[in-house]
Amino acid sequence: MAQVIHPEPASSQTPQAGAQVIARHVSRRFTTQTGSVDACIDVNLTVDPGQFVVIVGPSGCGKSTFLRMVAGLDSPTGGELLVTQQDGSPASNAMVFHGRTLFPWLTIRDNIAYGLRLSGMSRSGRRNRAEELLDLVGLSRFGDAWPHQLSEGMRQRVSIARALAMDPTLLLMDEPFGALDEQTRFILQEELLRIWEKSGKTVLFVTHSIDEALILADKIVIMSAHPGTIREVIDVPFPRPRSLTDVRSDPQFAELFTTTWTTLRDEVESGGAFRG
Amino acid sequence: MMRKRRTELLLTIMGPLIVLLIWEALSRTETIDPLFWPAPTSLWDTTVELFTEKDLLGDIGISLYRILLGFVLGTIPGIVIGLAMGLFWPVRAALMPIASAIYAVPKIAILPLVIIAFGIGELSKIMIVAISIFFLVALNTMSGVLSIDNQFRDVARNLGASKWELFWTVALPGSLPAIFTGMRLSLGFALIVIVGAEFLAADKGIGFMIWQSYQTLRIKQMFVGLVITGIMGWALTLVVDALERIIVPWRADDA
Repeated sequence: MAQVIHPEPASSQTPQAGAQVIARHVSRRFTTQTGSVDACIDVNLTVDPGQFVVIVGPSGCGKSTFLRMVAGLDSPTGGELLVTQQDGSPASNAMVFHGRTLFPWLTIRDNIAYGLRLSGMSRSGRRNRAEELLDLVGLSRFGDAWPHQLSEGMRQRVSIARALAMDPTLLLMDEPFGALDEQTRFILQEELLRIWEKSGKTVLFVTHSIDEALILADKIVIMSAHPGTIREVIDVPFPRPRSLTDVRSDPQFAELFTTTWTTLRDEVESGGAFRG
Repeated sequence: MMRKRRTELLLTIMGPLIVLLIWEALSRTETIDPLFWPAPTSLWDTTVELFTEKDLLGDIGISLYRILLGFVLGTIPGIVIGLAMGLFWPVRAALMPIASAIYAVPKIAILPLVIIAFGIGELSKIMIVAISIFFLVALNTMSGVLSIDNQFRDVARNLGASKWELFWTVALPGSLPAIFTGMRLSLGFALIVIVGAEFLAADKGIGFMIWQSYQTLRIKQMFVGLVITGIMGWALTLVVDALERIIVPWRADDA
């Protein structure tokens, strides 16, 4: 009953335009010894090619579960999830996880080239591509360093570079900036925008920060908790290319913040009551 | 910072030196019986004699040979079984009770059993070392595999890793630091066990030399044996540390 077209593992073939994500009545039920929990119920969502979509929601609303399903790391227990290229073929994806996910046993360069090595790219090809990406995220001097020698912000840049190295048509980001201090977060948000605006990739980004959602998104998807489902979709009209300061000084920013927070607050509060 | 380093180094050298000096003084003044507590400086002649006129080098060599061969024979299967226990829960469920039970037994206690199984010769000495450290390495390796963050597996799968690639690029390197911890502990164990085994059932080796010296009341000779044992332990640790720096550079770098 659950039909899934799995996204292929990201490959480094010819660059493609952004992928398309279509979720129809997607559910994910986790069954444990003590009963079952619905992490996602009846999630319906369309992400157009090249779009930047941000999912916000209270913790436990199933946003990460949904992202893992889109990544192919987990499967829906109901509904249909399609991750495809424009011609209908399965699309490649790469995910940027939250937390410390650089392999401690690989240098920064080898971390970035990890997926390329798996895909069988030659040593010199890998090296060139890694240098390109190190350059892109401003870490050219740190190729030979170990992850533990870098700051949290630098490590997260490397995580992004590692995902981008695969040249995926769909970039999935699970609270990638959650552990960073505010200033570093601002800088990385702007860098992400700069990289994405040139790339034409589709991005599905999960966060719990409304600020972050408004700065980055074309479309904000608000999820509710218990069970996790989509509550509302808000279009974000700020023009591109964007900068943090432009968005924040836009009079619509306050208005959209209020709309989003009002919806979200109900969810957080009712979620709290449910969990009691 | 530099200043603290220097002070630390000074204290590291001074600490043992002061203990030795006190010992020297007590022995020279015959406050303690120099027959049983010979002054440290008086050991030098004995040492030279042992190296030149007796076969101390041979004793050291045979003990090192037993330790190293036993170490290899215990470590390699230990790593393999430990990885299997970490990766596959049925293996873990089946072997854990046996491993925990045998792990707790003082290894020298099974020496008679090992002699029954492998004879009184070299093999039983090598096997007692191998068996002693096998469980230590296996259990450390297993906990190393189990401690690898699940997120690393997700990252690797997302970037296209097959099961086999997951093993080579995540499980194995991720458990290497724990494997080395097991190996370092093992060397200490190996030394304890081999000295014990040589006390009881050998006609050569550093343990045999210490025991024989005691039995014939050549106390100075016995002290030299003890010092040599200490140096051997220290040198073996240095070897593992050097290996670790080469094989686990991301961790050695930390320390």
